[in-house]
Amino acid sequence: MQKTGEVLEPARPVKAVSPKRPLNYRVRNKMIGWSFVLLSAIMILIFYFYPMLQSLLLSFQSGTGANLSWVGAANYTRLFKDPVFLITVKNTVFYLIIQVPLMIILALVLSVLLNSKTLKWKGLFRTAIFLPAVTSLVAYSVIFKYMFGQDGLINVMLMKLSLLSEPIQWLTDPFWAKITIILAITWRWTGYNMIFYLSALQNIDSSIYEAAKMDGASAFQQFTKITVPLLKPIILFTSITSTIGTLQLFDEVMNITAGGPGNATMTISQYIYNLSFKYTPDFGYAATVSYAIVIMIVIFSIIQFRVAGDKE
Amino acid sequence: MTGIKKVSAYGLLAVASIISIFPFFWMVISSTNKSSDVTQGKLLPGAELMNNLTKLLDTIDLVPALLNSAKISILTTILAMLIASLAGYGFEIYRSKSKDILFNILLLSMMIPFAALMVPLFRMFGSISQVLPAIGIDTTAAVILPTVTTAFLIFFFRQNTKMFPREILEAGRIDGLSELGIFFRIYIPTMKTTYAAAAIITFMASWNSYLWPLVVLQTPEKMTIPLLISNLGSSYSPDFGVIMTAIVIATLPSALLFFLMQKHFVAGMMGSVK
Repeated sequence: MQKTGEVLEPARPVKAVSPKRPLNYRVRNKMIGWSFVLLSAIMILIFYFYPMLQSLLLSFQSGTGANLSWVGAANYTRLFKDPVFLITVKNTVFYLIIQVPLMIILALVLSVLLNSKTLKWKGLFRTAIFLPAVTSLVAYSVIFKYMFGQDGLINVMLMKLSLLSEPIQWLTDPFWAKITIILAITWRWTGYNMIFYLSALQNIDSSIYEAAKMDGASAFQQFTKITVPLLKPIILFTSITSTIGTLQLFDEVMNITAGGPGNATMTISQYIYNLSFKYTPDFGYAATVSYAIVIMIVIFSIIQFRVAGDKE
Repeated sequence: MTGIKKVSAYGLLAVASIISIFPFFWMVISSTNKSSDVTQGKLLPGAELMNNLTKLLDTIDLVPALLNSAKISILTTILAMLIASLAGYGFEIYRSKSKDILFNILLLSMMIPFAALMVPLFRMFGSISQVLPAIGIDTTAAVILPTVTTAFLIFFFRQNTKMFPREILEAGRIDGLSELGIFFRIYIPTMKTTYAAAAIITFMASWNSYLWPLVVLQTPEKMTIPLLISNLGSSYSPDFGVIMTAIVIATLPSALLFFLMQKHFVAGMMGSVK
């Protein structure tokens, strides 16, 4: 912003702007304003809203590949009887209700610790914990896949330390495979969310805490009675973005477990991908499943707004 | 802080830091070890790095994939900056009721999951292929076009434009600059840090994007880095040392960008909550 001064320089002898503007000045000005936003509006229309409409129309059609015919609501009735779809919904919701709260609490605790004035090596801790957020989802997924393999590093280490007598089937047991996915996502995103809380914490006036301390509030009380309420908007923001992210989970599951064992870790997004590009393509039904995600995003967002008690 | 509290705070932060860094450490260590050492859980650096690197370059098309990813990410970033900043600027500077309505409609696109777009987009580019193969399925353009305009970036630029001093605008007009001239000659140079932040997050997202390239790219020569890594990761008899070396190389650009421009990176992230 240093340039500000320079640019202002020649403007100092401000003349009154000529009051006689051409009649079409306002019209012209309006056109200019619209032309700035036009390109992006068209792009979003073509690449977001038009496909959504197409998807809606597709969801009432069925067939293989390009041979589609109208089937009414058949895809929607199929949806509720489709065991694979129901499993993917269950898996996705499982990830959501365990991983998102876990990560948010962890990120909150870490950010409060990092916000302490007397803490040393603050920058070091912050950078270290944030670092996972710069990795590519595919790259870290492959690393996690190797670490959590049957003979992977985690089992080897746990057995060397005698914490385990038998290796855990991290990737091939239906329960542990889900846990592996949750651990992976938590590793990748906790630091990312922590940074949001940290910057919000820095805006809180420290005198509030001093006053609370004088009133005899414990650290835990300060956390639940001051920190959490003041951070409510940002917690809401991160929980909505995390929810949307988890509902669309794809890269990790695809690269860590490929959805297996069986369909035990498969997510809705992966099912849509499989329906369209792996199995015999059924674009119509895939579109129907994709609307399920849209509806879930809307429902979960509304729930979170309600829980947070925001009236906006 | 009292003694016990202090110790537990440091302890918790240290554990979190170690867990966060460990996979990176292991990745780098493993790139210097033989495959058999990696599987045995060796945690000390070896002398196999050059060996892994030569094997990698001989057996895997890493360089073409790097070039493809670089091309896509750089083009996406330049185009995204231009399109989004024009719009963010337009929505804020030429503010009107009808434009605000349009803006809110565009913001709704942030709620649309990509999974819901992928099938219709794939079909859209399938039909484009028949008319204009140059931007149809299996082209760089098809990878770039759907992801280049995001409501998030428009929002980000609009928020930052609120801090752009209006007096400069008037000064520019008095100096006889056209409205577009003001944008290019005054706005862009003034908003360098905003552009830097937006460019970093856009570049990273593009460099790491997986699902859409997976859907739209088909020939192996077009493959991007995430597709390559994913293929390596699912191979049946993996050479762990070689694969880890590939992952190290694929992660370097993001990591370097982050360490060099940490401030801008965080500013870009925060853009969404201002």
